[in-house]
Amino acid sequence: MDKNNKYLQEEILRMSGVNPRKCMSCGKCSATCPAYDEMEYHPHQFVSMVKNGDIERLLNSQSLYRCLSCFACIDRCPRSVEPAKLVEAVRLIAIRKQGANHMTADDVPELLDEDIPQQAIVSAFRKYSK
Amino acid sequence: MKVSYFPGCTLKNKAIDLDIYARKSAEVLGVTLEEIEEWQCCGGVFSTARDEIATKLASVRALKAAHEKNYPLVTVCSACHNVIKQTNHAMQNDAEFAQKVNNYMAPEDAYNGETQVYHYLELLRDVIGFDTIKGKVVNPLKGQKIAAYYGCLLLRPSSTMQMDDPENPHIMEDFISAIGAQPVIYALRNECCGGYVTMESPELAKKKSDAILENAKAAGADMIVTACPLCRYNLLKNGTDMPVLYITELLAQALGVKEDTNG
Ligand code: SF4
Ligand code: SF4
Repeated sequence: MDKNNKYLQEEILRMSGVNPRKCMSCGKCSATCPAYDEMEYHPHQFVSMVKNGDIERLLNSQSLYRCLSCFACIDRCPRSVEPAKLVEAVRLIAIRKQGANHMTADDVPELLDEDIPQQAIVSAFRKYSK
Repeated sequence: MKVSYFPGCTLKNKAIDLDIYARKSAEVLGVTLEEIEEWQCCGGVFSTARDEIATKLASVRALKAAHEKNYPLVTVCSACHNVIKQTNHAMQNDAEFAQKVNNYMAPEDAYNGETQVYHYLELLRDVIGFDTIKGKVVNPLKGQKIAAYYGCLLLRPSSTMQMDDPENPHIMEDFISAIGAQPVIYALRNECCGGYVTMESPELAKKKSDAILENAKAAGADMIVTACPLCRYNLLKNGTDMPVLYITELLAQALGVKEDTNG
């Protein structure tokens, strides 16, 4: 593991409080994930890739913006690994970089229709930008 | 009795019916929802990252305002409730996080998660009681087959939310029975509708919502009821003819403080 990946790994573990070594690779988190089809890396892969210090690929993946925060993988993991906490930590590291917002105010108007609730807009901003 | 009330941004705008009928119905049931002064938006989603402080301060302020009055804090929107309850849980259980928050806000007047947080459904079940509600129903919704849609945020993470059994919940079905209608149970009632990803990927939300709608329909539902404006949006946008109503609209109809029985 190179120095940068090592640093990122420690940061992710600290932010998330997750211990990826508890994972027994049962795949239940990914099986229950509603965003599975749209993710390049699935929740169980976040766990193994963080464990192995394979962080940069995750940082650049669109999977970060597909997690719905449904908390299903957190609730249904038999080992209480809580994979979504890793997704969240990696996502934050990605968007905290200056100029690395996944969505900006300029992107919003074309994504709206007249019925969309504010809740969707504030949630997307919370998840996609800093 | 009085309780503190956090309506949230969506209830002031797109989900006005969720708000108005929450207040009207609560009054009939002897509870006044006293809106927190100058509340700020909860942000819609809770960040599980322990070093995210600033985005949780709006929730802490609301919790603290309720604590100062010694009232419980009630929310109706599933998302606000989720964010506020998870923030409160972090204030109780993550000392380092709580200290950072308190240092930032008012160290001399530290808040450590003392406020009792209720979702409106919990207010109905635990404070007022479904039996009391049954006794106040003047217009029972007889013969209506209603499918409760929980979605994600009311139930999960269950160790924090502690509203109900996350895989086999019944608080909404008990509510439906209390207002005289017939609850319809179906498998996907606690699966995700697509949430806010609907903005970037309407296809994902469509797939998720369609499955839920079909499942409820196949189980015999005439109508779906929810507490979440975003769930309602996703279900209505993708649905064909299935009405999707808020819990508070149905409650208000049953209590006789809303006319028009079909939304
Ligand atoms: S919280 Fe995110 S990663 Fe976990 S199951 Fe839900 S969508 Fe998938
Ligand atoms: S459900 Fe838990 S134990 Fe199973 S693969 Fe996912 S993280 Fe690992």
